[in-house]
Amino acid sequence: MAYVPDAGHARLIELFHADASVTTNVLTTEEEGIAIAAGAWLGGQRSVLLMQSSGVGNCINTLSLATVGRFPLLMLVTMRGEWAEFNPWQVPMGAGTAAALAAVGVRTMRAEAADDIAQIVASAAALAYEADQQVAVLIAQRLVGAKKW
Amino acid sequence: MATLERRAAVAELLKERGELLVVAGLGSPAYDLHAAGDSDANFYLWGAMGSAALIGLGLAQAQPARKVLALTGDGEQLMGLGGLATIAVAKPKNLVVAVIDNGHFGETGMQASHTGRGLDLAAVAAAMGFAETRTVSDLAGVASLRAALHAAAAGPRLYVVKVAARNPPRSLPPRDAVHLKNRFRARLGLPVS
Repeated sequence: MAYVPDAGHARLIELFHADASVTTNVLTTEEEGIAIAAGAWLGGQRSVLLMQSSGVGNCINTLSLATVGRFPLLMLVTMRGEWAEFNPWQVPMGAGTAAALAAVGVRTMRAEAADDIAQIVASAAALAYEADQQVAVLIAQRLVGAKKW
Repeated sequence: MATLERRAAVAELLKERGELLVVAGLGSPAYDLHAAGDSDANFYLWGAMGSAALIGLGLAQAQPARKVLALTGDGEQLMGLGGLATIAVAKPKNLVVAVIDNGHFGETGMQASHTGRGLDLAAVAAAMGFAETRTVSDLAGVASLRAALHAAAAGPRLYVVKVAARNPPRSLPPRDAVHLKNRFRARLGLPVS
C-alpha cells in the first residue's frame, strides 16, 4: 500500500500500518505510487494506492506505465471540490478528476454510499488484478464528509 | 570533465550479474542496459520519466531475497528527487540506485542538467538517509561498485557514475511493456496472464 495522506483515508491508513502483512510506503507525490505498484507486480505482489483527487493530476504522465504495460492498478481516490467544498483551489482538479483519468485510459468507478463501497472496491480489485485493468475508485466527498474547519 | 564511456561503465557494473534484477530508466540508461546484454530479468522504460528507482523499490519489497538495481540517469533522477526520499524512509536493503551521470540531458540535445551545473546527487541521497552513497569516475571505481552491489547492505544505496557527455550509437530494447512485464514475471516463476 502506498499513499499520500488524505483525511478521508486516515482510518484506512492506520489499519494498513497496523497490519504486519502489508508493506506501506508514504510518498512525497502520488505518481510515485504508480511506479511502486508496477514494481511490486513485476515481483509478484499486489498493491493499492491511496490519494485525494488533487493528487490525480500529479499522476497523469506516469499512468502511461500502467496502461501501456497493462499493469494491474487499483487507486482509491477521495474526492474534494464537489460537495460543500469551502476551498476554491480544490474545485478545478475535483471537477476534472474523472475526465483526466478517462483521458489517459484509466477506468473510474464512483462510490456514493457507505453500503456500496466494499462491493465497489472488491469489484475494482478484481478488474485490476484478474483482468489487468487500471481502475480508480472515486469516493464521493459527500460520503467522506466535507472538511470541517 | 568526466572521460569514462557510459557503455563500458555499465558493462563493467553488470559483469557476472547472476540473478540481479535490473530496471532501467528511459533514454541512455535503457540503451546502456540493452547493450550490456538483454535479459528476461531486465525491465526497460520508454516513458514515465522519474519512475525507474521507484519501480525498483516496489520490486525490491516484493522480492526481498533478490538484489535489485535501478539504472537511471541524472536527468531522470532529478525529476524523481522526491522518490529518493520515499526510498530512504522505506529502507530496502536489496536496492541499489545507480545514476549514470553525464551532467546533461543527452536524449534531447545535450543541454546541461543540474548535476552538470554542480548539484551532487550522492550528497542529496546521503542527506535523505541512504545507507551508503558513492561517486566514481573510472572503471576501477565501477568495479568496486559491482562488488558492493552483490554484497549485503544496511539499507538503500545510491551510486553515481560520472561519465562523458557523449551519445554512443543507440542499442534499442523492445518497446512493448506488456512483453517486458510478462517475460520478467516468467523469469521469476510468476503467472503470466
